[in-house]
Amino acid sequence: MSEFDFSTTLGNAFFNTPIFTASGCASSGKELAQFFPLKDIGAVVTKSVMNKPRYGRPTPRMAETPSGMLNSIGLQGPGIEAFLANDIPWLVEQNSRIIISIAGETIEEYATLARKIRSVSGISAIEVNISCPNVENRGLVFACDPDASRRVIDGVRKTIGGELPIIAKLSPDVTNLPEIAKGVVESGADALALINTVLGMVINLETMRPHLGGKTGGLSGPAIRPVAVRAIYQVHAALPEVPILGMGGVSSGRDALELILAGASGVSIGTASFGNPHAAVEIQSELRDLSIAKGFSSLKSAIGFAHREVGL
Amino acid sequence: MSQINRSASHINATILANKRVGQYHQIVFGIGDLVKSCRPGNFVAINVGGDTSRMILRRAFAISRVSESASFGGTMELIVAPHGSGSKWLCSQIEGSEVDIVLPLGTAFGIPTSPVNALLVGGGYGSAPLFGLAEVLKARGCKVDMLLGASTSAKIYAPMEGKRSVNSLKIYTEDGTMGELGRVTEPIKVLIEAKAIDVIYSCGPMGMLRAISELTANTDVVHQCAVEEAMACGIGICMTCVLPIKGDDGQISMLRSCIDGPVMDGSTVQWHLVGQVPEVLP
Repeated sequence: MSEFDFSTTLGNAFFNTPIFTASGCASSGKELAQFFPLKDIGAVVTKSVMNKPRYGRPTPRMAETPSGMLNSIGLQGPGIEAFLANDIPWLVEQNSRIIISIAGETIEEYATLARKIRSVSGISAIEVNISCPNVENRGLVFACDPDASRRVIDGVRKTIGGELPIIAKLSPDVTNLPEIAKGVVESGADALALINTVLGMVINLETMRPHLGGKTGGLSGPAIRPVAVRAIYQVHAALPEVPILGMGGVSSGRDALELILAGASGVSIGTASFGNPHAAVEIQSELRDLSIAKGFSSLKSAIGFAHREVGL
Repeated sequence: MSQINRSASHINATILANKRVGQYHQIVFGIGDLVKSCRPGNFVAINVGGDTSRMILRRAFAISRVSESASFGGTMELIVAPHGSGSKWLCSQIEGSEVDIVLPLGTAFGIPTSPVNALLVGGGYGSAPLFGLAEVLKARGCKVDMLLGASTSAKIYAPMEGKRSVNSLKIYTEDGTMGELGRVTEPIKVLIEAKAIDVIYSCGPMGMLRAISELTANTDVVHQCAVEEAMACGIGICMTCVLPIKGDDGQISMLRSCIDGPVMDGSTVQWHLVGQVPEVLP
């Protein structure tokens, strides 16, 4: 084995490998632990947690689409208190690196969540999922509103202080993604998670109505990978110093390398785990082999390599 | 290690036999020692379509039965209806093909420790896991009666060898093309009133499971049903297959039918709330 350096960083957080789970696609890790030791991957990004317990959306919550799927879960979850009491201690016991993902309906809720997480030990970073409807602004999704995006991140940064890296998870459903990205970085985000699902809909031809209980759903899977590559490429070009946790339809080492070349410092595995419980570890090993085969001496040297000038 | 999916393995299994039985396919896989972890009620999740497929999600199938044979080792049988693209692909796989399977998954039917009068109710190919269950119950000394129902005769799955493991088998079709004309719910009502059964095990469409739950409500009859809800992963991470379940404390939770099911206590399922969201979370 060569001396390939697989490690990566997001803000001041260090990870042995760049392969993570994607929030909402690994619950809190207990389900996947039967298939591989969670400490073997870069980090577990837990399902976005809200302040209170939440039922989520009605079923049907899922529709398979060509090379993808729509989901409409509606952030079902136990609430932050139960999550911190039950899920985090278990993950810490597994020696897993942990990134907690939070979601809120108001700017205040995000700050409240940050306050409750601030003193928890064993956490590598906090992901702020801002692809949620803002109940204080007619349900407009935070991530689609530059001003609201900034204010959420600002509130979280002020609450948790300077230590824990903040990763702002952005939606691709915007006209000018680099502008939104700049805004949240100015407000204190250390890194960006790109991309959340793409809003979609399926109509059931039996009922001739929207198939999902929540009508619209988030499209994920290989179908959206080119959207992720484009988003990461654009944002990395605009903000080359800001680390990106890339995600969107990655199901092989080749796909992961594509996101890294576009500018991602790490890659999260989401929908691929639904079809293959070993996806994260298999992709990790493929990515390592492929990076070496391509002549990279470290993962870091591959980040953003697609941006180099012609001739280099 | 977590308790979730604790028996599950992810394997490539060889198809040993694939034959058409009426509108269904009976497919036998070699799974070796994993038969020892499979219980009636458990299911499997199969990767369909091959490497270049645009179908990215696994398909879930109830295990019909497992057995150990001298020539093939441990084998598992599935009954598959070629309805959608995924199940059609699986039914088209020939003997010798390798299939990527995660198994066994989910909860199993509870087996009584002392002999009881058990009624097994299957709707359509929902009867598949009931024959394996019947063998286990018979071995425990239970009286095992079976009712199978479907819209029409072609949708009844009742293999000859399966009939040996039950004390009685009655078939109902809505068009009268096989057995009695009507639905399985009619005779169930009579059997409950006559106090002739202790436990009902059911598997089939949600409407049938709900109807049986309504018949057993406020009676001493235990109803264990294997639910059917659309799943993306089968291992508890996607949160799509949830059902509203009332806990011992009276609180309703949205539980995953893949890891808290598919076998559930019918009296805890809030059938009237399926497809809705409970009003408030206290």
